[in-house]
Amino acid sequence: MTFRKYLVLVGIAVSGAAGDSLLNRGMKDFGTVSLYHLSRLIGAVLHPSVIAGILLLLAFFACYISALSWADLTYVLPATSLGYVLVALIAHYSFHEHISPARWLGIALIAAGVGFVSAGPSVTPARQVRHSLDACPNAVSPEMES
Amino acid sequence: MKDSQAWAVIGLIALAATTGDVLLSHAMKRVGDVAELWQRHGVLPVLGHVLRTPTFALGLMAMAAAFFSLLFGLSWGNLSLVVPASASLSFIGNAIAARIFLHERVGHRRWMAALLVASGVVLMAL
Repeated sequence: MTFRKYLVLVGIAVSGAAGDSLLNRGMKDFGTVSLYHLSRLIGAVLHPSVIAGILLLLAFFACYISALSWADLTYVLPATSLGYVLVALIAHYSFHEHISPARWLGIALIAAGVGFVSAGPSVTPARQVRHSLDACPNAVSPEMES
Repeated sequence: MKDSQAWAVIGLIALAATTGDVLLSHAMKRVGDVAELWQRHGVLPVLGHVLRTPTFALGLMAMAAAFFSLLFGLSWGNLSLVVPASASLSFIGNAIAARIFLHERVGHRRWMAALLVASGVVLMAL
């Protein structure tokens, strides 16, 4: 794992959390969409907060697929789950949603999980993978600690 | 909206997200390290290659289904319930699916991490 790769993981957590929060604000402004008026969701996509949220989620997606190209899914998902902690903190400080002691414990468990997975190897030592764009069979960087 | 409907939407988000994650991960492993390929071949060939990978398009469709379910869920639910609850289910689903379909080596460390994060996320939904 290089510094650049850690930056990509941080980018996933931050842009995902900020994107979800902006979507939440947009949808709260827009109002409840009932099961019987699903077509109103199309109108919601034009709300400024929703547009900003979608742009951030696009940045999230770019970082995410980039990370998946060099790390395992079961590494990327827990390693970037600090995003959920960020969502809770944003919900608390911007939307004044209550954070109970149980939620604080949840935040601690997530942080522990992130620490656990990021101390381990980021990719399953490859059987020789032949990539379709590149003829080089060793393109997956073999980072196998432990 | 009733609780049962809320959890139905949450289940739908988790199922679509897990399917999407596994398909996207499969696609990106076939493409290879994009940063490395980018330096060697330039942006556009890499982008074109990603877009032409079949499981990428399928994964994108599953992610879109998850996204619109989320948008729907967020319009009435608490951000701090819908996001953590669907995420928790996806973490467990993904750990199992990645092992079966992607043949990832999910050792003690990763199971611990997935379980810690999933239970933390459940606690946050209380």
